[in-house]
Amino acid sequence: MKTLKLVKKNTTIEFLKLRKLTTLLSFSFCLFSFVSFLFFSLNFGIDFKGGTLIEVKSSSEINIGKVRSSLSSLNLGDLQIQNFGSKSNILVRVESQKSKNNSTSLAPITNELKTFGDIQRVEVVGPKISSELIQKGITAIIIAVGLMLFYIWLRFEWQFSMGAVLALLHDVIITIGIFSFFQIEFNLSIIAALLTIIGYSMNDTVVVYDRIRENLRKYKKLDLYELINSSINQTLSRTVLTSLTTLIALFSLYFLGGEVIKGFTLAMIIGVFVGTYSSTFIASQLLLYLGVKRDWSKNNNN
Amino acid sequence: MLYFSTSKKISLLIICLLGCFLALPNFWSTGIPFLPKQTINLGLDLRGGSYLLLEVDTNSIKKERSQSLVDDIRLALRQKKIKYIGLKVLPSGAEVKIQNDIRLDDAEKAIDDLNNSSLGNIFNTRTTDDFSLSTSNGIIKISLNENALKEKYRSAVSQSIEIIRRRIDGLGVTEPSIQRQGNNRILLEVPGLDDPQRLKDLLGQTAKLNFRMVDTSISPGEAIRTKVPSRSEILSDSDGLQYLVMKKVLVSGERLVDAQASFDATTNSPVVNFRFDTVGGKYFAKATSRNVGKPFAIVLDNKVISAPVIRSPILGGSGQIEGGFSVEEANNLSILLRAGALPAPLEILEEKTIGPGLGEDSIQSGKIATIIGLVGVLIFIILSYGRFGIYANIALILNIIMIIGILSLLQATLTLPGIAGIVLTIGMAVDSNVIIFERIKDEYSSGKNPFSSVESGYSKSFGTILDANITTLIASLVLFFLGTGPVKGFAITLSIGIVTSVFTAFIITRLIISIWLLKKKPTELPF
Repeated sequence: MKTLKLVKKNTTIEFLKLRKLTTLLSFSFCLFSFVSFLFFSLNFGIDFKGGTLIEVKSSSEINIGKVRSSLSSLNLGDLQIQNFGSKSNILVRVESQKSKNNSTSLAPITNELKTFGDIQRVEVVGPKISSELIQKGITAIIIAVGLMLFYIWLRFEWQFSMGAVLALLHDVIITIGIFSFFQIEFNLSIIAALLTIIGYSMNDTVVVYDRIRENLRKYKKLDLYELINSSINQTLSRTVLTSLTTLIALFSLYFLGGEVIKGFTLAMIIGVFVGTYSSTFIASQLLLYLGVKRDWSKNNNN
Repeated sequence: MLYFSTSKKISLLIICLLGCFLALPNFWSTGIPFLPKQTINLGLDLRGGSYLLLEVDTNSIKKERSQSLVDDIRLALRQKKIKYIGLKVLPSGAEVKIQNDIRLDDAEKAIDDLNNSSLGNIFNTRTTDDFSLSTSNGIIKISLNENALKEKYRSAVSQSIEIIRRRIDGLGVTEPSIQRQGNNRILLEVPGLDDPQRLKDLLGQTAKLNFRMVDTSISPGEAIRTKVPSRSEILSDSDGLQYLVMKKVLVSGERLVDAQASFDATTNSPVVNFRFDTVGGKYFAKATSRNVGKPFAIVLDNKVISAPVIRSPILGGSGQIEGGFSVEEANNLSILLRAGALPAPLEILEEKTIGPGLGEDSIQSGKIATIIGLVGVLIFIILSYGRFGIYANIALILNIIMIIGILSLLQATLTLPGIAGIVLTIGMAVDSNVIIFERIKDEYSSGKNPFSSVESGYSKSFGTILDANITTLIASLVLFFLGTGPVKGFAITLSIGIVTSVFTAFIITRLIISIWLLKKKPTELPF
């Protein structure tokens, strides 16, 4: 049986030759992310900002202008109305209402919206919770990265651990940058996506590192540059295949999985691209800069 | 590595069958006798319903405690005939100045005796002091003990959970889940409820009910203009009408044993009928016989519901509240009175309601996305690896079945992000097989025979697979422990998926390939 070969046997691409270009690329992307974050911040969802979100579904097209004018008499403050998936679905976002108990202030809004269609969901997040959620999200990411740093350090050497974590930060920064630049809603599920991206990118990096470690033991005299390059090439077929199967699944989810998880899936898709790029180009070349001890067996004998 | 003893083969087969067995009820809902009944729990985002995160207002408990401390101190000092000035409530305790320094020690002792007095100190064993004293310049400062307060908060939360449960039962909804979260929060999930307004109306009230006399010595308007008597306070009703009501409580709502919404026999307007316990009935009888012709007030959460005039003594221990209610208001009030008062007000921190239609849509699109994603990956793997691809696909399908089986066994909750987790696992689970097969390819092209290529392909990739999956598992476990709600659902399926994928990709494919190798003894590998 003839099989599909996306990566030809004995491929030798000089990945490290591109290192100046890729470093420049990554640096400018990270810089761009910072600048975008400074200027545009993030389009925080109600999870992090507090407020009310209401989804309305109708059998026919909903006129957003009409919805806006009918809600404007309620003096709700910042009001966002947008289509959600189709023209007959709308998403209404209202900023946190001042009254202590949300129950009193919600009824007039939902009553007004009911005239346009069926209420699909209502989410209200108080300001107390939203600040907690931000804190929790950041804590989760720091803990996850810290634990991985520790695990890689246990299994490899500190240079690997350092390289992997720098690559992870690179992925997270660029993903957040893209979310900031395109003002894609940043909510709790995006934090989950970021953590999954961290896991995925780490997974990718570990496979390459594993091969580098193995080759370090096997070819004691080979130049580090050559060695890293051939390690990347040896694992290239796997990197491409796994990224593709993951992307197949993610794209299926993006186009068919419904509107609610689109943001999450989009973050994951971006993350898979950035993660694959970083483990091939960034994580491995970091090892070259950080310098790796060559003879592992000697260390074990000492 | 390729040899499997018969006992190993059988136990692997049993594990796989067990997985299928556990997963089966999710696909066929017919009542086949031997099948397990547990299916995956659907999260609120998939089945529709309301989710509320409530916080018990601990500040009001502290305030109340400080206030009652002041009342107790006033009483204790009066009994001992100790003169004092400036007795006042502090944010967490009280403060009092004793006029005569000679009596300072007596005062300290009198106040200190209040410590734990409510527990009836028979054995003189003070577990935790309710408060501590400090004296300077004749001023005694009483500070409430943090630990004792925490104990109070804890019991207030437990009590609130119980009362919330009773109130919700009054609504007649099915399987509500009420859980304590953290120190002072309560998580409430009510499946199937798509308009939580009434629920929130019920939870928004502490429902402290009491019966008091109306102070008729002076009109409320005049009292506001001049001076409100210290024994009374100004309260208003829902229309904003003001009443001067005595602070002293005749009978409190704790004495109620039953309350039912009903209609008044003559006016046919909605009313609430209530009944006191024996002690409450006695108090009520005594109070009403003494005050015939005078108005009394029925006060709920410091709002006057009604202030009828006592026409004749009420001796039977039961009565009727007429407050110009609507039918629903009368119903709500009867539920609230039956369930009892909350120890402290509840604040709604977060609210999520998903309509049943959206849930169904999500399930439907989740299913389609899973199937299409799966088919895509299956085709892609067969194209890439031929015969071995088919083996990897068997492992992948088995993997999904096992995830569903384990989710059912654990009675875990499947959320929409959880479905995303399964789809993501489909994409990532083949990774282990890809790593192995690429290794086998390498070994094979370096000139080894098929058997030893497969053998060393598996053994050499084990370390890589372990490292790669442990790092992903770290991320998903962190998500599991720190995430809430839907995110937690995602972490559960992802974590289970990682473990089962290593099992199916590393062990099951190896078993299948070894059977093939030993049976067919191929001279070349299908790459």
